[in-house]
Order: sequence, then C-alpha cells, then structure tokens
Amino acid sequence: MQEDAYARILANPRFLELTSKRSRFAWLLSAIMLVVFYGYVLVVAFRPDLLATKLHDGATLSVGVPIGAAIIVLAWLLTTLYVARANTEFERLNQQIIEELK
Amino acid sequence: MKASRAMFATALAAVAGLASVSPAWAAGAIGGEVQKQAVNPTAIVMFLIFVLMTLGITYWAARRTKSAKDFYTAGGGITGFQNGLAIAGDYMSAATLLGLTGLTFAKGYDGFVYSIAFLVGWPLILFLMAERLRNLGKYTFADITAYRLNQTKIRTLSACGSLSVVALYLIAQMVGAGKLIQLLFGLDYAYAVMLVGVLMIAYVTFGGMLATTWVQIIKACMLLGAGTFMAVMAMSQFGFSLETLAKKAVEVHPMHDAIMAPGSLLSKPVEAISLGLGLMFGTAGLPHILMRFFTVTDAKEARKSVVYSTGFIGYFFLVVGILGLSAIVIVGTDPQFLDADGKLRGGNNMAVMHLAKAVGGDLFLGFISAVAFATILAVVAGLALAGASAVSHDLYASVIKKGKADERTEIRVSKIATLAMGVLAVVLGILFEKQNIAFMVGLAFAIAASANFPVLILSMMWKGTTTRGALIGGFIGLLTALTLVITGPTVWVQVIGFKDALFPFEQPALFSMPVAFLAIWFFSVTDGSREADEEKAKFGAQFVRSQTGLGAESASSH
Repeated sequence: MQEDAYARILANPRFLELTSKRSRFAWLLSAIMLVVFYGYVLVVAFRPDLLATKLHDGATLSVGVPIGAAIIVLAWLLTTLYVARANTEFERLNQQIIEELK
Repeated sequence: MKASRAMFATALAAVAGLASVSPAWAAGAIGGEVQKQAVNPTAIVMFLIFVLMTLGITYWAARRTKSAKDFYTAGGGITGFQNGLAIAGDYMSAATLLGLTGLTFAKGYDGFVYSIAFLVGWPLILFLMAERLRNLGKYTFADITAYRLNQTKIRTLSACGSLSVVALYLIAQMVGAGKLIQLLFGLDYAYAVMLVGVLMIAYVTFGGMLATTWVQIIKACMLLGAGTFMAVMAMSQFGFSLETLAKKAVEVHPMHDAIMAPGSLLSKPVEAISLGLGLMFGTAGLPHILMRFFTVTDAKEARKSVVYSTGFIGYFFLVVGILGLSAIVIVGTDPQFLDADGKLRGGNNMAVMHLAKAVGGDLFLGFISAVAFATILAVVAGLALAGASAVSHDLYASVIKKGKADERTEIRVSKIATLAMGVLAVVLGILFEKQNIAFMVGLAFAIAASANFPVLILSMMWKGTTTRGALIGGFIGLLTALTLVITGPTVWVQVIGFKDALFPFEQPALFSMPVAFLAIWFFSVTDGSREADEEKAKFGAQFVRSQTGLGAESASSH
C-alpha cells in the first residue's frame, strides 16, 4: 500500500512542482550563503587590508567589524526566509499532495 | 613559522571545539602543565546546584522513558524552539566561550573570522538536509544511509564513522574537562574526570534523550544569560559605545591597530578554504548533532529548530566578540590577572574567566565556572548517547540481530554501551592527561566531513548511489582523512616529532572530501550488480518520503 502511495505521488504533477520549487529555492539560498562566505574568506586570505579600512576618518573600528556581523545576520535571515516559505507555501502544497491520495 | 603553526593549531582546536568539544581549547592552550588552583567554594556550590537540578530532571525523564523511541529520541516530541536551544547548546561549548574569547583577546579580529566560519554551515544544513533528515531518520543517521542500501554493510560503515567521531571527541572532552576543573575548582584531575564520567553515565542511562536534551537546554540558557550579563556589564564601562571600546583596546593591545583586521591565522588561502569546508560539512556529519533532528515532531519543527539555533548561536558569537575585545581592555591592563611576565594567568583562554571576576566579582566567577563545567557535562552526555545508539541500534539490533532484536534488550544493550563508553572515557581521559590531543578534534571533524557527510548526502540526493559505492567510498574517505591528518603538520611534526610534514596542510577537508565523493561516484557507476539495480529502483520511494514526510516516524503519544 505504502509503495503504491509513493508511486502515485511520484506521478502527481503537484509533487514535481513542490520538489522543483523547493529545491530551486534551497539551492539559491545555499548559493548566496556560499558565495558570500567564500568571498569573505578569499578577501581575508588575499586582501586583508580591504577589511582593515576604517569606517570613517578618525575611526578605530574597521569595516571588517560590521561586515562580519552582517554575515552572521545574513546567515540567520536566510534561515528565516527559507522557513517562512517552506512552512507555509511548500507545506500547503505538501498537504495537498497527501490529501489527494485519499 | 613554528610559532604561527602552534597558534594555528590552538585556534583550530578552539574553533573546532565549538562543536561541542570543550577541551579543544584546553588541548591547544592549556596543553601543558596546568597549575591546580585553590579550592573555589562559590564555584563548587553553584555547580552542585546545577548537578542537583539536572539529576532531578534525569529522575523526571527516567519515569517518562519507557520505549526505545523515548530513549533514543525523547519520544519525538521535542518542539522546534526546544530543539533549537539544544542544538545551540551543543554548539556553544566551553570551547566557544573560553577559546574564542581567548583568541579575540590574543589576536583581535581573527577570532571573529573563526566565529563566522563556524556559523555559516547551519543555513546549508537547513536548506539541504534538515527536512530530509527528519523525514527519513528514526534513531541514528545510519537509518538514512542504510534506507535503501544493504543494512549490514552500510550500518557497519556508519557506525564506524559515528564511533570514531564520538571516541575522538570524548577523549578530547575528558582531558579538557579534567584540566578545566582543576583550574576552576581546584579539584584533582583524576577525580574531575571520574566525576564527569559518572554524571554522564547517570544522565544517559537513566534519562536517555529526554534528560540529555533538557540538560543541554538549561545549559544553553545559562550560557546565553551569563554571556549577555557580562557583555552588558563590560560595555557599561565604555558608555555602550563599540567605538570607545575599540579605541581603548587598540591603545593597550601589543598589536595595536592590527587587531582590527584579519591577521596571520588565515593568511594561507588553501588552509582557510579547507578549514571553511571542514567546519561547514563536518558539522553536517557529526552524529550527536544529526540525532537532534530525530527528536522533533515533524519536518516543520525540524526547520524551525535551525532558525532558532542559528539565531542563538549567531547572537552568542557576537557577544563573544564583545567579551574578547572588552577583556583586552579590562583584563589585559589589570595586574591582578597577569603574572610576572605580563602574561595572562592560566593562559589566554582564561580571559573570559578573569573578565567575569572583573565585572561581577567572585560570585559571578563562581557562576561562570559552574556554567563551563555544565557545558562539558551536557556535551559528553550527547556524545555518549550518540555512541550508544550506534552500538545498540546499528551494530546490535540491525547488524547482529538483523532487525529482529526485541526493544527491551536493545535498550539494555544501549545502557551497557553507555556504561562501557563512560568507563573507557574516564580511563582514556586519565591516560591522555599529558598527551598532545589538539589533533583529535580536527581529526573528528575531518572524518565527519569526509566519511559520514558524503555517504549521507549522496544516499539522500543521488539515485545512483549503491551499497558498493557508499561502502568503498565511505571507507576511502575515512582513511584519507585519517592519513592526511596523521601525515600533516599537527601529528607528524608536533606529536610524533618528525622535522617536515608529508602532507603540508593542517586542514584535510579540501582534499579528503572530493576523494570521498569521487570514490562513491566511481564505485557506484561501475557497480553492475543486480542489488545495485534494486537499490536504484528504491530511490523513488525514498525520495517521496524524504520530500513529503509520508511514512515518516511520528511522535509517540505520551
């Protein structure tokens, strides 16, 4: 019975819609995180002086401080963004697919 | 060169330790002789209060832990918020608090770079793994890797991966715990290690996952609260201005303005990228982190838990940055915290402890010491449970009994495994007291990233994965990680004492991960067996379940 249900879901166009939408979204957000983080790592390794630039004339804080903090905040924002969509839009679609089995 | 290498190892140990290895920092920084301090009564009283509270929870949890499901996953009824705190607890170890503040105290901005590298793995775990883990998993991550592959072979592989990671971590943890307790409480090393072992066994055998989770949650709250309090107290001395704090720190720090920019630690691009990969994907292969995804009610809660944990961990890292910077000014200029040479008493990793005393007096120092100890306990309990599950659920119930073990015997095996692991951890902890164990944490991460993670992610995402591919690829990944770490500078030069390392980099992930992925791919596509075709045919059902949660484990009713 379970196997049959799985086969029917696989054939359901809504399932294709769910998985392609969700994985596109997940890979997009992953790409953003990876690009931002490895971009930052490369700057740290090759051009640390860029991060040492002062925030403004006479400041002690460097731009590296808010940039670093921004990466931490971005990581968190991306997770909220994903869950906001996954737990509403995608979850509704998911429920629909399971309902249609009955 | 040598100095920078040692510093690098220390820093790595500190950060890798975040995952939950408190001793990592100790391994690096308090690697040598630790001076036993005078007995600290406030710290001991605070710690006893914590122990009584957690034993109370264990008693409460024990009465609710009846089935195997209760034991392994707390009945699957943990909410996303609770699980988020517990995951954050696993991540925010004594290593984070002590190691990262110590690193910021010594090197400034470099400490911040490490915090960031450690956090950014979490969003990826959410996007690519969280819901799949919850929908496919039951008690251990081998439930997922062996879902459509050969149970006996793949569970053996995953259990080997889990147990290697757990064992390396536990030893590092025990040694760190012993040294930390010696330093903070004035207890003997051997007694300290035994105390940790006994409490760990008690939490896990009686209270299972429910007790382990709540101990972790309480600890996370204590750590977040204490960190916030300390940061506010410290910032109040600078009129709550980060600029004022930075100005003072630059004035008094021996490196002056250089602490505001990345320095020597990550100047080698290959090491930096390899470290980033290892931390990011190693986290996604740690058995005690992965098992947390099986404790929540459904995929929705699993996703939410990552939002909470990323939030708490990110917040905590920002607080840690402030603490490290404040320590430069408040602790670094106060003669009571410095020895005759002007160095910090107890090493740089004591920076936050001294800061606690400076801003909150002896009472608060006692509290922070108790928090640090609590952190170790919570983490070793999680490790022990992950190891015990691998023994009882994977090796005993699935490999030896071929899935026909009865539940009560399985739980009993798991408790015996916990006991054995506890005893072994204490014995090894005592044996390794004087050894250089900094490499163990790096090795655990390397194995997690190069053996556990590739098999796990490919079995979930790539239809073509076969038993042969996963088995050979997984073991090749494990051996490559092991070989590269042993022939690398940390073990080959620093531990064994050869002059030059055979493998020039500290961080193996950039090399060992591709090797593992390639091997799994190669031995899968060349696998023409009938079993391979059957395994590929089962991918559809696995895919549907991983995406929709249909047929996934549900929470138990009580």
